[in-house]
Amino acid sequence: MSKPEFVYVTYIETTAEKLWHALTDAEFHERYWFGHRATSDWKAGSSYTFAKQGKPSVEGKVLESDPPKRLVYTWDPCSPEAKRERTSRVTFDLEPHGTIVKLTVTHDDLEEKTFRDISSGWPMVLASLKSLLETGRELPADLPSRARENSCA
Amino acid sequence: MNISSFKPAIVYTIYIASTPEKVWQALTSAEFSRKYFFGNSVEVDLRVGGAFIVRTPDGAPHISGEVTECDPLRKLTFTFNVNWPGLIEKLGPTLVTYEIEPAGDAVKLTLIQSHDRPLSDDILSGGRAGWPAILSSLKSLLETGNVPAIKMAPPERMLAALKAMGIKTP
Repeated sequence: MSKPEFVYVTYIETTAEKLWHALTDAEFHERYWFGHRATSDWKAGSSYTFAKQGKPSVEGKVLESDPPKRLVYTWDPCSPEAKRERTSRVTFDLEPHGTIVKLTVTHDDLEEKTFRDISSGWPMVLASLKSLLETGRELPADLPSRARENSCA
Repeated sequence: MNISSFKPAIVYTIYIASTPEKVWQALTSAEFSRKYFFGNSVEVDLRVGGAFIVRTPDGAPHISGEVTECDPLRKLTFTFNVNWPGLIEKLGPTLVTYEIEPAGDAVKLTLIQSHDRPLSDDILSGGRAGWPAILSSLKSLLETGNVPAIKMAPPERMLAALKAMGIKTP
């Protein structure tokens, strides 16, 4: 029985240091991650929490932290339905090439429902991150709900 | 060619702060495509049966195909066959679909690359590396007016796999 994994690659005109900061700074995170603020000291072994308007949405543990190259953490959404599936894992690999950073996000150890949810979520979050770093503006806050309106699922 | 026998092998979704009109234009215009498609230009005759050609900077045709579906500003499907001898015989045609949907004030662009037979990860590695770079560049172009210079190494795994199948790559 093989577990699906989700891999997403994007290229962002920024530095690895700025991108690392975007992934780990609470205020910045809140702007492109549609209101979800991430707090942690981001050291290996530490825990982290995402919270939207103070309400926890995702939590986990930092497995690896190698700034500004690689960040790995476990992924445990806080909703009761999500809790029924196993904890999954997110890896961010940052590879600078000149004026660009290639960002590879690998989300694995996934079961079906989590896989479906994160497959639609990551492209939105990473597109908003790229827009914020390149233009100074994140994508509109209503993007997730407007994108859902169009999908039949 | 039986379209219904094609199954998605690569799917890439990207959200762009732009309009469906601008995204459609960028995908189908030679002038725009030169900027984000590694210097190659896309020429497409936007009707079912119309020709689809990608030319390298020197003007030589590199990829050719035909439009199979055209719903302006919403969906474009075309065959996308690199002009290497033996490629279509050994791998079958490659089908590419662009789907454009509004998502509030942004646009959701979905790229689907489909094939009529299972292909190995080595063969698909070319597209898996190429499409994110092309579409990231397209997003930057539409949002900032600039395309960052993404230097891509040739897709060695894919080229080796094609050679092993007897396809003449450059």
